[in-house]
Amino acid sequence: MAVDLTLNGKPVSLDVDPDMPLLWAIRDVAGLTGTKFSCGKALCGACVVHVDGSPVRSCVFRVRSAAGRKVTTIEGLSEDGNHPVQRAWRELNVPQCGYCQSGQIMSAAALLDSKPAPTDADIDNAMSGNLCRCGTYTRIREAIHKAAGYKS
Amino acid sequence: MSTLERISRREFLRQTGRAGGGLVFALTMTGAGRLAFADEASTPSVAPNVYVNIRDDDIVEIYCHRSEMGQGIRTCLPQVIADELDAQWDRIEVIQALGDAKYGDQNTDGSTSIRRQFDILRNAGATARALLIAAAAKTWGVPAAECITREQTVRHAASGRSARYGELVEVAAGLDVPSEVPFKDPADYRYIGHSMDIIDGFDMTTGRAHYGIDTVLPDMLYASIERSPALGGTVKSLDDKAARAIAGVVDVIELPPPTSPPVFNPLGGVAVLAGNTWAAERGREALEIQWDPGPNAVYDSTSYRKTLTESARNGGKQVLNRGDVDAAFAAAARTIEAEYYAPHLAQAPMEPPAATAVMLADGGCEVWGCTQDPQAAQGTVAGLLGIDKSKVKVHVTLLGGGFGRKSKPDFIAEAAWLARQTGKPVKVTWTREDDIRHGYLHSVSAQHVRAALDGDGNVTAWQHCTAFPSISSTFAPNITGPSAGELGLGFVDNPYAVPNMHLTIGDAQAYVRIGWLRSVCNVFHAFANCSFVDELAHAANMDPRDHLLKLLGPPRRIDPKADGAEYENYGQSIDKHPIDTGRIAAVVRKVSEMAGWGRKLPEGHGLGIAVHRSFLTTVGTVAEVSVDADGKLAVEELWTAIDAGLVVNPDRVKSQMEGAGMFGMSLALYGELTAKDGAIVQGNFDTYPILRMEDAPKSINVHIMEVDAPPGGVGEPGVPPLAPAIANAYFAATGKRIRELPLRNAGIV
Repeated sequence: MAVDLTLNGKPVSLDVDPDMPLLWAIRDVAGLTGTKFSCGKALCGACVVHVDGSPVRSCVFRVRSAAGRKVTTIEGLSEDGNHPVQRAWRELNVPQCGYCQSGQIMSAAALLDSKPAPTDADIDNAMSGNLCRCGTYTRIREAIHKAAGYKS
Repeated sequence: MSTLERISRREFLRQTGRAGGGLVFALTMTGAGRLAFADEASTPSVAPNVYVNIRDDDIVEIYCHRSEMGQGIRTCLPQVIADELDAQWDRIEVIQALGDAKYGDQNTDGSTSIRRQFDILRNAGATARALLIAAAAKTWGVPAAECITREQTVRHAASGRSARYGELVEVAAGLDVPSEVPFKDPADYRYIGHSMDIIDGFDMTTGRAHYGIDTVLPDMLYASIERSPALGGTVKSLDDKAARAIAGVVDVIELPPPTSPPVFNPLGGVAVLAGNTWAAERGREALEIQWDPGPNAVYDSTSYRKTLTESARNGGKQVLNRGDVDAAFAAAARTIEAEYYAPHLAQAPMEPPAATAVMLADGGCEVWGCTQDPQAAQGTVAGLLGIDKSKVKVHVTLLGGGFGRKSKPDFIAEAAWLARQTGKPVKVTWTREDDIRHGYLHSVSAQHVRAALDGDGNVTAWQHCTAFPSISSTFAPNITGPSAGELGLGFVDNPYAVPNMHLTIGDAQAYVRIGWLRSVCNVFHAFANCSFVDELAHAANMDPRDHLLKLLGPPRRIDPKADGAEYENYGQSIDKHPIDTGRIAAVVRKVSEMAGWGRKLPEGHGLGIAVHRSFLTTVGTVAEVSVDADGKLAVEELWTAIDAGLVVNPDRVKSQMEGAGMFGMSLALYGELTAKDGAIVQGNFDTYPILRMEDAPKSINVHIMEVDAPPGGVGEPGVPPLAPAIANAYFAATGKRIRELPLRNAGIV
């Protein structure tokens, strides 16, 4: 059975079990591996993508729920990799291993869409669902403030 | 075979999600275009050694033979080579090397990449530079000594000639490569000591970075493996009817039984193979397996703790002796005694173990995996498949965190085994629960420490027993206690100026696979040492920082061998990398000054300090904690000073200290695995929490000491001081001493 949705601006028809988590539909069926698996239980945020602009944890979000909607992954966040959040991340050399950063960046981009000038408390609130085992949290806070500056 | 031979490189790149730039696998070395990737080798070039290949299009390829797991080695290793080579930073291309003994040691653990290979890397760059100078000198008919290099160009001032490195490739290819040449004057370094941006920054922020979990091959099967709850258990009966009925499931295959000792071999169990990861996992959930639980099903953390604590209390076998502790205790005005306990931990990298393998037409095996040790992966796969190690080709992807877990290639061997059984490419992806429950655990430990004080509060004797199941038990039978190597991790290298010291070890049996975790035994040894020193400060009614400096004593060099200990000094010369109490004390003074030690603190706040040398580097940490009206602890701010000798990339050192702070806080506050009936009880980030942003301090302030000394390790030494610094700060804030990790068991987190 096929699920039709818009993936990074392009209409796609995915031949999948509609109960499959969106994460695995994106990675194994659509072939976009930038969205990461880590916990499978909505506990870590490595798999965050945007559905109609809102952040969702794709590891527990059924692909059927994305039918007819716009899904954006890290690959589609910007055309050239220069979304303000991506730029700020690179300028502060935020990533260590980098694995969680797709999810971090997608959560941060969604935060700035809803709160263009977040406080530290706003950031902690929005980002505490995104785990980073390398411990880049203090740089992520700084990078979000920096990205907010680019947006304004 | 195979489908692989038929796919084009473009197709491979499309399928692996790699689109330009980014992680370049060393596919040029496959020979004869077997994988049809040979177009990467089409440019004429000269390779003066295994780390450098200079192309005639003036690109310098640098082979990174160490694994990138967040420490920044794919940036720092090229910095060293490029500096000695005088390469231009924007004209280098970093290629991830295959697993191959020709590179020397590739095992990316022990914080070794720079500290052990700095001179090797410098030599690789310097000899390549000398070769290019020789090529230019020959071309121009001028003395080599009159030529200089700058920005990837050889120049001869007298004749005004110059040539880009790429232009010299053809001539250089006909010359002998010098084996040893002088290194640059450090004053001339252009990359070493500079904070170059990370090489993989663009790929990591755009989803292009390729990790172990990201490999996709045509016709690949996705595998999920159910393993015995207890180590060494085997399948008694299997009913896979329901699993095979799940849409997408292709096959169900039993893995070979586990070995004893476990080494790096697969744990056995049953694999479900499917057309996608989700179907494999659903199929796995539908398996009905009866296990023969095996000999380790008796393991229970509650009863084991009693046994281990008793073992540490009983004193055991002597490993270091100085002076006469019995006489000192007999003469003591006071005796202070404490017991410390720290549980098993999981490395829990954000990327769980994952690998992809395919059998080749010649009977060899090719794998892609997030491994810290590709040569160990070669050996393990070869052993399991009964083929020669040279027939195992290991591509190292980026690692989504390693922390010691990915030094063990059991997951790569699983993929290889399943690839052979199915005749297809197979990707094995561990779930988070697999990672937490079936890993190589950081050792549980119990320690008993006793000190004698004279009437003035001076410490006259230190008696300390450590007991923990050894990593050696993973590799050899009948191991019942710590190895000398493990005791060199913060135990026998005790730096304190105590005239009488007696160090012993207790017996400890292993019931799970014990393995390395970032900083290894330094984690629990530093917890006991740095906590106990703080206890002694309060017993002597002294300021903890002043007492610590006093206990470190006058600047001097310590050699544990002088007191009868076996000591390896992390495999390096103790003359070049001494245990220098003067340098340790300098770190203490610096970090306490940074933190404003002695300042008036807000109500409910406390400062704690800890210093520890590990991996030839000393790190001192001060934590400021607050304790609220409900008794809950928060870490407000951290200060860290590090003496790692020469530093290649200050920003990567800083980021490692920031990360080590968070890793150390995770284990201090939350980290604990427990076993019941041989099985690990915890399973995911809900039951094995790691630090979240809301727990992170408002800032982590890092200072790198400027010391004229060879480089020490960086990836690990930041971790050990964290737990004791926090526990000491908690004591300062509340007067309550906590001697057990994690702190949340005390109800304060």
